[in-house]
Amino acid sequence: MGGEVNATMLTAQIRKERRATRESTFVLDVSIEGPPGITILYGASGAGKSTLLDCIAGLVCPDAGQITVGADVLFDSERGIHVPAPKRRIAYVFQTLALFPHLTAEENIAYGLHDLRDGERRERVAAILQAFRVEKLRKQKPSEISGGERQRIALARSLVTEPRALLLDEPLTGLDAELKSTIMDDLRAWNAEKGIPILYVTHSREEVDALGDRVIALDKGRAIGAGAPMDVLNAPRRKKLAQAAGFENLLSATVLDLREADGVMRVRLQNSACEIEVPLGYATAGSPVQVAIRAGDILLATEKPRGLSARNVLEGRIVSLEQRGTMVIARVDCGITFVVHVTPGAVRELELTTGRPVWLVLKTHSCHLVD
Amino acid sequence: MEALWLSVKLAACVVTILLVIGMPVAYWLAYSTWRGKFLLESVVALPLVLPPTVLGFYALMAMGPHGPLGKMWNAFFGHGLAFTFGGLVLASVLYSFPFAVQPLISSFEGVDRSLLDASAVLGAGGLRTFLRVILPLSLPGVVTAAVLSFAHTLGEFGVVLMVGGNLAGVTRTVSIDIYDHVQSLEYGEANRMALLLLLISFAVLSVVYAVNRRVWTPWAAK
Repeated sequence: MGGEVNATMLTAQIRKERRATRESTFVLDVSIEGPPGITILYGASGAGKSTLLDCIAGLVCPDAGQITVGADVLFDSERGIHVPAPKRRIAYVFQTLALFPHLTAEENIAYGLHDLRDGERRERVAAILQAFRVEKLRKQKPSEISGGERQRIALARSLVTEPRALLLDEPLTGLDAELKSTIMDDLRAWNAEKGIPILYVTHSREEVDALGDRVIALDKGRAIGAGAPMDVLNAPRRKKLAQAAGFENLLSATVLDLREADGVMRVRLQNSACEIEVPLGYATAGSPVQVAIRAGDILLATEKPRGLSARNVLEGRIVSLEQRGTMVIARVDCGITFVVHVTPGAVRELELTTGRPVWLVLKTHSCHLVD
Repeated sequence: MEALWLSVKLAACVVTILLVIGMPVAYWLAYSTWRGKFLLESVVALPLVLPPTVLGFYALMAMGPHGPLGKMWNAFFGHGLAFTFGGLVLASVLYSFPFAVQPLISSFEGVDRSLLDASAVLGAGGLRTFLRVILPLSLPGVVTAAVLSFAHTLGEFGVVLMVGGNLAGVTRTVSIDIYDHVQSLEYGEANRMALLLLLISFAVLSVVYAVNRRVWTPWAAK
């Protein structure tokens, strides 16, 4: 089994078809690698994140592929290997947590340790209760325990078995940011010593930013990007990912001319007279491209700005203002409609109202080309 | 009173056997993904719609000296099966089968699937998951199954009459006894037994409903 693990790697090449509706089938077709530490699986719901985890845990059998952890093969369709879930030693914390309602916190945690002698079992349970700071809840049933502490107990129950990898399916949904980060700190502290691969599924951009680490972006059953969150989600190379990563402005455009020496090209936004400068991409004059711009990357001015380094200044008119929490979403018509995020303070000071003429300022490198 | 004791003994035997056979059958029916499952479901539910005389008739045929069951029984034990207590137990098990299996199925199905997945990834095989998770969480269903099949066996008439006949101390159960008393115009006796059966039935159903309201489930939040 695991033995002396140095840099245990979790790899999965999986193909799995599932009938989604009567007409359509959902196909998961991915190849991912999880090095020791946290790897985030990011994507909208329905992207196949949970199916992927189910396959790795052994709860769902892939149609084809291979799953390995360290030197052990857990699944290989060609060699006919399918290690059943109870023998995989892969921990899995479900979104629902799935704590056993009829057992106390302590009994829940001890559930996976039935092979051990009583003494050792008690020691291990006591140690993990302490590591996740839930000793005082030992004798309580899940229904008597609060949300965040239930999450801690579910984590403890999974980790006490000394798994070879850990799968987390949106385990911290519904917790406030502070509670989330203390739980994640405890998890990191625990894993600093063990160094197992942890796959962390989420559809929340906030969580990706908070956890940092490595991210794999999934969309419609495919991996569409992998690497540091900044690289994958801030400069999306695909339209799908741009949408998933919260690029509010996705615009079709036609290339006018390339200026290789400056590393830029000029494009005309579709159905409008707007011309903007964007970073140079693989394109020729006349070819269509997609441009993604974050609403938060666009500046809004009430007078025509002068003396700016930003290359793109577009004139337009405010179509609507909509307050959402501490942020105001402005729609500005410049021939095509841009979504711009501004603060309520800016709205007050600039006296922004519907119908007011404004100028939008776009930095060249805030305009991302996507496929 | 002999008849009542016989009825209780019969019902107790039947419940024990039903729980032992019923659990694996219910487990399979609750969790199997086999497409032809509906066939077995229909067979299990059959005694609900068949007149007891039909079931009793076929049971009698099978248990008779020329029936397959009767021959087998004779080969092992040296006597026939029809009109014996053993035969009565067997026929009653068949007749009460759905009353034990249906509540078991629905309570097994009611157990959250993610708990079963959690149990599996924590290293528990099917049997351990059944004993540590499914069974404790299905306790109300098990009680319902036991109580319903007990009561149903206690009150059966047609099947007993067909298979067991009316032998005092061997196959004469309460319901047959009541019928006997009425036939011989002993209404007082009949009334005493009938009232007793009525009270038992009421008590039993109260237990079923109380359990299903989760009055006694120890893990429910207070």
